[in-house]
Amino acid sequence: MTHSTMPTGSVISVDNLSIGFRGKAGHMLPVLRNISLDVHQGESIGLVGESGSGKSTLALAMMGYLKTGLRVLNGDVSFEGQKMFSQRRAALESIRGGRLALIPQNSGQSLTPTLRIGAQIQEALKLHSAQPSETFGARVIELLSQVRLPDPASIVERFPHELSGGQQQRVAIAMALAGEPEALLLDEPTTGLDVTTQAHILELLRDLARDMGMAMVYVSHDLGAIARVCDRVAVMYAGEVALEGSVRQVLRDPSHPYARGLLASIPKLSDICLPRALDGRPPAPGGAGQGCAFVSRCAIASDVCSTSRPDLALQPSGARSRCHHVDKVHEIPLSGDREVGKRALSDETSLSLKDLAISYARPSLWGKSVGREDTSVPTVEGINVALRRGETLGLVGESGSGKSTILKTIAGLLPPLSGEVTAHGGAPLPSKVEKRASTELRQIQMIFQNPDESLNPRQTIGQILAQPLILYFGLSGQALTEKTILLLDQVRLGGHYIDRLPSQLSGGEKQRVAVARAFAAEPDLVLCDEITSALDVSVQAAMLELLDDLRRQKNTSYVFVSHDLAVVRALSDRVAVLYQGRLCEIGPTHAVYGAKSHPYTEVLLGAVLEPDPDFTPELSASDVVELAPPAMGCPFQRRCPKRIGSICDTVAPPLREPDYGHKIWCHIEEI
Amino acid sequence: MLAMLFRRLGLGAITVWLVSVIIFLGVEMLPGDACTAFLEREAKGKLLENCREDLGLNRPALMRYTEWAKGAVQGDLGVSAKGQKPISELVGYRLRNTLLLASGAILAGIPLALFLGVVSALWRDRPVDIVVSTLAIFAMTIPEFVSATLLILVFSVWLGWVPGIVLTPANAPLVEFFPEVLLPITVLTLVMTAHILRTVRSSVIEALASDYAQMARLKGVPYWQMVFRHVLPNALLPAINVIALTIAWLLGGVVVIETVFNYPGLGRMMIDSISDRDLPVTQAIALIIATVYVGVNLAADILTLLANPRLRTMHIRKG
Repeated sequence: MTHSTMPTGSVISVDNLSIGFRGKAGHMLPVLRNISLDVHQGESIGLVGESGSGKSTLALAMMGYLKTGLRVLNGDVSFEGQKMFSQRRAALESIRGGRLALIPQNSGQSLTPTLRIGAQIQEALKLHSAQPSETFGARVIELLSQVRLPDPASIVERFPHELSGGQQQRVAIAMALAGEPEALLLDEPTTGLDVTTQAHILELLRDLARDMGMAMVYVSHDLGAIARVCDRVAVMYAGEVALEGSVRQVLRDPSHPYARGLLASIPKLSDICLPRALDGRPPAPGGAGQGCAFVSRCAIASDVCSTSRPDLALQPSGARSRCHHVDKVHEIPLSGDREVGKRALSDETSLSLKDLAISYARPSLWGKSVGREDTSVPTVEGINVALRRGETLGLVGESGSGKSTILKTIAGLLPPLSGEVTAHGGAPLPSKVEKRASTELRQIQMIFQNPDESLNPRQTIGQILAQPLILYFGLSGQALTEKTILLLDQVRLGGHYIDRLPSQLSGGEKQRVAVARAFAAEPDLVLCDEITSALDVSVQAAMLELLDDLRRQKNTSYVFVSHDLAVVRALSDRVAVLYQGRLCEIGPTHAVYGAKSHPYTEVLLGAVLEPDPDFTPELSASDVVELAPPAMGCPFQRRCPKRIGSICDTVAPPLREPDYGHKIWCHIEEI
Repeated sequence: MLAMLFRRLGLGAITVWLVSVIIFLGVEMLPGDACTAFLEREAKGKLLENCREDLGLNRPALMRYTEWAKGAVQGDLGVSAKGQKPISELVGYRLRNTLLLASGAILAGIPLALFLGVVSALWRDRPVDIVVSTLAIFAMTIPEFVSATLLILVFSVWLGWVPGIVLTPANAPLVEFFPEVLLPITVLTLVMTAHILRTVRSSVIEALASDYAQMARLKGVPYWQMVFRHVLPNALLPAINVIALTIAWLLGGVVVIETVFNYPGLGRMMIDSISDRDLPVTQAIALIIATVYVGVNLAADILTLLANPRLRTMHIRKG
């Protein structure tokens, strides 16, 4: 454990750095305010915070890089004693990518699309390696195997788009290692990756940092990832370091109200309660005023908090906290207390899926005319699920598992290959949305992942919400306005939002509008497609509370798709685990997350990271991405850590029911 | 990949065929025919019938179309109604002259547009960019005949450097078109450059702001190496299609320019044939222009396919 006050061996040193941009009114608006931070040799430090907290800006500033429009207001960053912002271009270029390397957030977009992988890594070698250029070819292969990519020789020849997300991330790591860096900056390196892939990448980074003695600066909003790879954490809020200390100090008993609120808003696998929402939102750049930046959201704030800005003061524990009331922070709880609990569910069926099979492959006009048989394996197959009124079914699985595909078919956006979708135990719904009757449409509503794309940017919130009200209920005039305001109140936005445009709202507010639009139709069933994954954790917690409130009031059923197993656990009554479009397991939430489960569920649960420094994920299967399900046998055969033999490859696994309503499809008898 | 190529070629051929049907039907629907135009007032009674007999105009339309199409495929575009000469012969020199004009504009315009586009993107919002972008807007918005007239006024009337109109006969050797051809080339280049430049500028700016450009900088790649290796190959892909569209536009643009400068090319021949109601010639030129249009776009599509690894590998993977 490295201590924050250790005087020697600092690789990167940030000294009272402030960075800002010129606002519309001509004033300089700060994005970073008086940051001082030291990164020591071989140490890994995490920068945590919500979007807009300045964590990425700080990481890039450590490379002497500012995004367009930003400038240094005061202070400097030094890397091994060299001041980065007063360096010449050539000197910076020799440091960047060499002794100090960056692993970007979105490797898919950070690799140049027109250059082969080999050429991109060789470029880094040419710039930073002292070795003769004949050795570069072999060195590229060596780097690619070092990041545990299978078949590096073929990866060299590929273009970035031919790799999966996890592979692209590994390539980015290999490229960063090319210059044999002393420090690595990682900007959200696992965001957007599947849980299993993320866990594997983090293990790789841990091992690399240890073996090569590199310092790491790890930027993330994910405290679970930080807990796994970092020694020390700095929690950022509104461009300031709010709390800094060892992982244990920050994650076990943080001495800053914001850090406590953040921790409480994270859904945890070990916790059956809904996470606690952190109300309000951070001040805009320049809007922090004279006092503490967190004052408006703080439960223990007093008068002094709004008049004087607290210093980042050393605490007896060794952590540094920017709070006037460190003695009172323990009043703020670290977890939620709202249990989803057992609600009385009626026996009325809300939705049932019978033998659903879906395929994206459409026979081409040419194939049809020559009578070619479609031999491809369907993307989704054999889905049988019944959902009761008021029940929430969570759908989990890695990307490509068919979760969203199933939602699209229920909504009528993607006709199934075979099988039927029934609502209320009636006749099967028409497979295409345009053939469904108005009431059938009203009963099923969908909320999409990204509200930026699902809300029309040219319509006001009032117009957006009016559409379902006019369409399904024929409201107009005063009645329409009243109902719209009521809806806005229900999603806790308030009637004054009615004339605003989506672009004037934050991400969380936009998603609330999307929820309000779905509920405007008074649906029986709401399909939620990763609706919290684009939101910050504190906003996500509020969204989960809202969904829970609404289903209690309206007795609505949800099909809740998410890649985050902790979120699904917090909200769902039942959970279905999908792999390659096939059901592996379905059952009550406590059973699926309990002792007896499908090997794939175990793999998924083992890869989940908890914001706990003593928690170790269990990686039992590779994170190889499969492009198509196998033609026969168990869908999970190729990656299963508990494979029992050739029976898995040839025979479809039988259904086992260890408890009533808990179904597992597996050859293993003693689940 | 190869299948893809053949499919595109097939689609191109179908397009040209459809165009030929539309042209033929269009001409069919016009009142009168080559004979009424040729005979003018005498177009009645025995004389008209004889003429139609001679030209085969009294046969069913389908038969005439098949014959015309068959001839066109073999390079025989029929006979002009006016001078009773084979059209292929008449078109030959005119096509050559227009190609001289167009290729002059293309050879000057494309490199100039790429260069200025890249320069104004790299020095965005600096004086170079402001000057170039402003001039481009002028060049785009002023109609060709106005800029042509202005150039004639300055370079031939005031300065007297080049003749304002072309008096060289159509079948003269190419060298005799110099220096008169320079003015029309300049006018076409101006408009062309402006269109391509603006696309190039915006796509270079977009690529400069991309994550991969930022990553290259943070990898320690020197600025100019980043520009040439990482930014330009990606930024110039969309330019291919704009260049193709501009070249296709050029074929229409020459009609106006050739008329203004009295230049003996395909465009002016088309105008003349229309005013003379020489329908076989109009038909033939329309077909030629349509074919070139389809051909240029086809070439651009194939080029994009070859230059973009994402598209190039897509078909291999899926196949």
